[in-house]
Parts: sequence; C-alpha cells; structure tokens
Amino acid sequence: MSAPKMRDPIESGCPDGFQYMHPVMRRNYGQWLYHEDPRPGVLVHVARSGEKIWTVRAGTQRILDVFTLRKLMDIGDQFADGYVRFTIRSNIEYMVADGAKVEPLVKALEDAGFPVGGTRNSVTTLSHTQGWLHCDIPGTDASGVVKAMMDELIGEFKSWSMPNRVHITTSCCQINCGGQGDIAINVQHVKPPKINHALVGNICERPSVVARCPVAAIRPAMVDGKPSLEVDEKKCICCGACYPPCPPMQINDHQYTQLAIWIGGNHSNARGKPTFQRLVAAGIPNNPPRWPEATAIVKKILKCYKEGARDWERMNEWVERIGWPRFFEVTGLPFTKYHIDNWRGARNNLNSSTHIRF
Amino acid sequence: MASKHYPTPMLDVLEEGPWPSFISGFKALRDNHPSERIRNTINGLLGQLEHSYETRMGYWKGGTISVFGYGGGIIPRFSEVGHMFPESKEFHTLRVQPPAGNYYTTDMLRQLADSWEKWGSGLQTFHGQTGNIMFIGADSKNYQHFFDEINEYGWDLGGAGPCVRTGMSCVGAARCEMSNCNEQAIHRHLLNNFTDDVHRPALPYKFKFKVSGCPNDCQNSIERADFAVIGTWRDDMKINQEEVKNTIMKKAAEIGKEGDRSAGRQYMFDNVISRCPTGAIKLNDDDTITVDNSNCVRCMHCLNVMPKALQVGDDKGVTILMGGKRTLKIGDLMGTVVVPFMKLETEEDYERIVEMAQNVIDFWAENGLEHERCGEMIERIGLVNFLEGVGIDPDPNMIKQPRNVSYVRMDGWDEAAEEWFNRKRAEKSAA
Ligand code: HEM
Ligand code: SF4
Ligand code: SF4
Ligand code: SF4
Ligand code: SF4
Repeated sequence: MSAPKMRDPIESGCPDGFQYMHPVMRRNYGQWLYHEDPRPGVLVHVARSGEKIWTVRAGTQRILDVFTLRKLMDIGDQFADGYVRFTIRSNIEYMVADGAKVEPLVKALEDAGFPVGGTRNSVTTLSHTQGWLHCDIPGTDASGVVKAMMDELIGEFKSWSMPNRVHITTSCCQINCGGQGDIAINVQHVKPPKINHALVGNICERPSVVARCPVAAIRPAMVDGKPSLEVDEKKCICCGACYPPCPPMQINDHQYTQLAIWIGGNHSNARGKPTFQRLVAAGIPNNPPRWPEATAIVKKILKCYKEGARDWERMNEWVERIGWPRFFEVTGLPFTKYHIDNWRGARNNLNSSTHIRF
Repeated sequence: MASKHYPTPMLDVLEEGPWPSFISGFKALRDNHPSERIRNTINGLLGQLEHSYETRMGYWKGGTISVFGYGGGIIPRFSEVGHMFPESKEFHTLRVQPPAGNYYTTDMLRQLADSWEKWGSGLQTFHGQTGNIMFIGADSKNYQHFFDEINEYGWDLGGAGPCVRTGMSCVGAARCEMSNCNEQAIHRHLLNNFTDDVHRPALPYKFKFKVSGCPNDCQNSIERADFAVIGTWRDDMKINQEEVKNTIMKKAAEIGKEGDRSAGRQYMFDNVISRCPTGAIKLNDDDTITVDNSNCVRCMHCLNVMPKALQVGDDKGVTILMGGKRTLKIGDLMGTVVVPFMKLETEEDYERIVEMAQNVIDFWAENGLEHERCGEMIERIGLVNFLEGVGIDPDPNMIKQPRNVSYVRMDGWDEAAEEWFNRKRAEKSAA
C-alpha cells in the first residue's frame, strides 16, 4: 500500500508583527517620547510626532475558550479598531487612538467580567504553568491556584497601593517552569519516586534517566532478574525530572505534595541587579479547590511589604534593607533549617560579616 | 447525543469569586458549543480534572507525535484514566509561534479560533511561559489538519524538546519610550535563522532567545534565556530640565503637598537621588539635575520615575547575556554578559548577531552533554573555554570581580597581555 500523500509544511517561523500592530504604533515605531498613567489599568503613550495611543489592560483567565476569546474580540472591534496584544502574564491589552473611547472600553471590559488593572504598582495577574490540566509531573493545578488567589487579590490588581509592582508566579513542580517573581508559589514533591520495576526495562532509556538526575541519586540495578533502576532515597530531592524520560518512576502522589513560597525574584536591573527568589515558607497544604492556606500566607507577605517598604522598593529591596531576621519577625513565618542553602555555592549565601541588626 | 455530564463539585467552587473563571469557560463549551465533538471532549476533560482535584493527582502522560515533516512542536498528552473519561483521552497541545511582542488583529484571532474549533477542543492560551500560543486539546486524528490549515495562512509551530524554542520580545519600540533597539527585527532575524532547529529537535536541550528593549527587561530574559538581548545606549541620557522641575512639583502634589517645592525635592532625594546604584545623579539647587554619565550603569530607575523628563541616549545598541536558565539541573543561573555593547543598525550588524548565535549553538551542540543547558555547559567548562570556543575576546564587563583563588596556571600571561594591548590599539585606531 502506498503512503498517503502528505503536505509539506511552510516553514515560515516567527510571523511579522507589523501586520498586526495598531497603525499609530506602526507609524511611531521607535519614536515614543514618554507615557503617563491616567488611572489603574490605563496607559497613554505620546510619540515625538505628537500622536498618542491609549492602552487599556485587563485580566483574563489565561486558558480561554473560543467563546471568551470572541467576546474579547468583540470588545476589540467595538472600541479598539480591531487591535489587541497580550502581555507576558496573559493580560489582554487594547490600544486606542482616541482618548474618548477609554472610559467606555473600561466599562465594557468590567461589565463583561474582565477586571481592568495590572499596571504600575499593582499586583498583576499571576503567571502560571500547566498543572493538572496538562503537565505530566504536576503536583497541583496551576490554573486553579491562580484563579483562587486572584479572587482575593483583585483589589490589588485594580489599584496602585503597592510600593512598586508585584509579580506573582506559580509552578506546579520544583523544576519551576514558571515560578520566578516577587512571590513565587511552587509545588514541592516531598517523596522520592515510586518505581514500577516491571516496566522500567522496556520503557526507559536507563543511561539518560541516570544522567537526568540533578543529585546522582539514580543507579542502574537488577530487580527480580530484570534490568531496572534504583534511587538512593537519602539523596533524592524529589524533583521529578526522572519521570518524563521514565514514566514508571512515578513522582505524583496525592499525599506527598505541598506548596512552598519563595520571594524576592526581580528580573529588572532597575536600582539593583536581577535577583532570584528565596524560600520563605513551605509545608503548605496542597488543598484544592481553593488552597486557602497558601493565599493567606501570600496576603500576609503582601500586607507586610505594603506597610514596610518605601516607594519604588521591590520586595527583594525591602527585605535587603530590613534584613531577613526582621522579615521572618514581621511576617510571623518560621525560620527552619530548610531555609539554609545546601546546594552548590551555598556558602555564598551564608553571612560572613558582623552585619547584624538588633 | 451528548454523554451525561460528569459531576464537578470541586471545580464548581472555582466559578465563585470576581476573577474570570476558566471553569466557567470550559462549561460554556461543554454546554453550549454547537459541535458535539467539542461538547463531549470538554465534558471528559472536566471529568478528569475533577478527578485530579479529588485525588490530588495528575493523569497525563507523554508520547511522541509531530506533524508531517517536523520532529517536535507538539506536546502529546494521553490520559492515564482514559477508561473513565474516554472523550478526552487524547488531548495534545500544539505550540504555535506568535509574532514578536504578541500583537494580533481581532480578525486574525477569529480566524484561528474558527480553525481551532473545527479541529480542536476550543481551548487556547495566550501565552505559555515559553511564549507560544498554546492550542490545548487536539486528538491524534485532527492535529495535522489544524496545523495544515493555520500554516496555510501564516502560522508555524514553535519548539518543544531539545531544540531552539519560541522566542519572546517585549512590546518595545512599538509602544515604549524606553526601547533602545528594534526588538521585532532582532527577534525575527535570530529565530528565523534557526527555523530548522526549532522544528527538528537535535540539540543537547532547549535553547531560548528573549529580547528586551531596555534593562528593565520586561521579558525576564537575563534569568530565563540562554541568549538574552537587552537594548541599551552608551552616550549621555537626555534630560529635559523643565520637566525635571515639573516632576518635582507634580510629585509634591501626588504626596498631598500641592505647591510645596521642598516636599517635592525631598521626594526626589528619597526616591531618585539616593536610589541611584552608582551615585551618578545629583539634584541641583535650581531644581535641575546633573548626571555623571560615565558612572551611570543604565539601570533605568531614574528614567522610570521621570519618563517625561529623562530619555535614553542616541547611541543605541544591545548588551548580550548568555546562559540564563531555570532550576534543572544545577540550580537557577543568571545569564552572563558576553557582549557588553553591540550596535544593531545595519544589515551587517544583524548578520553579526545571527552569526554569533550560530557559533554559540554550534559550539554548545558539539560540547554540551545530553540534557545540559548552555549555561550549565559554561559552568562546567568555564567561561574562558566557552569564549574561545565561540570566538569572543575576554572583557572586564563579563565579571563582577577578578578571580580570588590563586590556584591557576599563568604561563600564557605575557601573550594574553599582549593580545589585550593589541586589541586596545586596534579599537583606538578604529574609533
Ligand atoms: C513533560 C512534562 C513537561 C511539560 C508538559 C512542560 C510544560 C511546560 C510548559 C507548558 C511550559 C511553558 C511553555 C510554553 O508555553 O511554550 C514550560 C516551560 C518550561 N519548562 Fe516545562 N514542561 C515539562 C517538563 C519540564 C522539565 C522536565 C523541565 C526541566 C527539565 C522543564 C523546564 C521548563 C522551563 C525551565 C520552562 C520555562 C522556561 C522559560 O521560558 O522561562 N519542563 N514547560
Ligand atoms: S512546573 Fe513542573 S509540573 Fe508545572 S508545567 Fe513545569 S514541569 Fe510541569
Ligand atoms: S526525583 Fe529528581 S532527585 Fe529524585 S531520583 Fe528523580 S531525578 Fe533524581
Ligand atoms: S523592556 Fe524596556 S523597552 Fe521593553 S517594554 Fe520593558 S521598559 Fe519598554
Ligand atoms: S539610570 Fe540608574 S544608574 Fe543611571 S543615573 Fe539613573 S538611577 Fe543612576
């Protein structure tokens, strides 16, 4: 039998964005002079030519069904000349050349259930990874955590009451596809993988699984006369990286997942150099459908930041100024041995000075 | 006939509260979509997701599928509980490359939505953390048809697996006064040079390009890209002194001290002058400011506070940092400065950056271990070996400080010093 004739792909790669850009943005490309913030969720950019473009930013549920997508497009046709863009945190932005359309656009979005905000010193939409909806090693559901948390932070999304912008992210396992922000809520698996030895020999390319482990905890082994793998459970840090190349190394487990919270990731170079986030809380129950314990801690941290930080201080800068001991004091979070780094280069994170606040 | 709805008591709770609910969107598809196929698929998906919520477990496993002619770009998903929820037992994600900056017309999005509901589940995400549009939920019969259809009108798959991944760029020159470069052009020059490497995974591991137009780095490229391109400038920033004066009075008004010049000045001292990381900015008695440009590190802070009064300079270009990545396998790594400054104006400039990227990927493809990111390779072999491999000279901007461990062989010192002096002479005569 002859194979059916297949169509060759057109390898066009990344499309040209100019065809989708609002004409005012196209005309003034690279010629912007300054911007102002008329109200939360709204920006106005002014070009050297004197032309202006207003942007209205709204939060979405990120995973859009076609009905919701079309609803967002209807609003775009009605108020924004048919041009939209999305931000890195899945907010939608409408650009309009006519300032008189801004308020009606804001109203249309709010009426349709899309909160307007997420600019300047607000808490913008949490970015998230795949979770139970799609990944194969998730400890929890990212979309659900985000929805539950944004329900409670929506006031902060729509206002400018934080000292500086706050980026919150989630990741559904320690590998951390997503979690990099002022506050990062990440899932920890806390039990080594359970190995189904009967299947390993057939399914897994054992050397590459061994190579994948970040702590060299996996060794080839013979189990019941069959080639398999074994894990040194004392070494294993439960990252789950062995699962994708070797599904019989089951990492998902309903009992042994918990949420952990990290803070102070800041990718901007403004004032200081970019920083990675630091562990502040763990052992938080993975408690669907609303994860109230995690939200309570996030809100507590935000409250302390709001009260304690100066204007323009991002979360990492606030903690650097007041010091970690004070951070644990004001937030009431416990400091444990798990906060002390023991990974590569860990001693760089220890204090080798007498800089101590009393 | 649509099958019976699976009960979703836990997911129902996620319809409460003011934030838009993805569950309500799923249910709208399940209940109201004209296509029975979509109604059923989403019913199955909701059933499985509810089961995940009840049992606190994920139930997807991977596999290998791709469209004809490619080796990657699709995340295959097969359900481990397909016997319980057969309607969604195949639920693959197609990763589709968006334009740099994520612009769309509503027409184009409608066209994509039409195609997707013809062949897929009707669920999509703008965008995944790697930057793709994710069309979530095609079965094995239909994904090729969906791809063929959207490929005909201008869309292509992004990467998945060990390959060059979809790039990301900030809004930049299209709408941001901080931009120092043409993010669109950089993004497309780089990405589209590697289209083959996007579609046919054959590298040690993933490789990401991200472009930000200024050091605010809205794309988070330093932390998350193997090859981060950040716009910057090297002459003096521009100061509109009249606007500085206005800012002082405006800030006074914002903090509730309308007309109080000294309160406005205090705000400037507290929030601009004392926050400059290098002490490069000074407020004068007459409410003008002076910037010591030779010490300004272009951190962007003062420009962010006073966007109307301060602008980036004219001699624009980019800084390139390499080797940023997330946790697996040796921990999070920031990118390292490899090119402190590079002009990007002429076609030759663009050829140079593409060639540099090509050298880096070639060197890493040859020397990286399996599943080793570029940054991990740099850590393993040392920056100097990497620089020699890709043909870039050492520069003091690459380090925070020179080495502090004396265990090093230095028998090539004289030649290295001579190289440095030769290079400096050549730069001088070229200037
Ligand atoms: C097989 C299961 C996995 C799935 C389904 C998965 C899914 C994803 C998804 C959906 C994203 C966002 C990508 C996009 O939207 O284009 C992502 C990003 C990412 N993934 Fe995974 N992932 C998996 C495994 C892994 C593993 C094993 C690692 C590490 C070894 C990893 C590391 C990352 C990183 C670092 C990013 C984000 C990087 C960035 O762009 O900032 N993922 N992953
Ligand atoms: S963070 Fe982990 S579980 Fe979540 S999408 Fe990434 S690899 Fe999957
Ligand atoms: S879970 Fe991670 S640390 Fe544990 S054996 Fe697997 S790869 Fe190694
Ligand atoms: S990175 Fe800079 S140029 Fe790009 S959008 Fe952000 S502030 Fe603007
Ligand atoms: S950009 Fe940063 S380093 Fe330069 S003067 Fe302003 S605050 Fe100082």
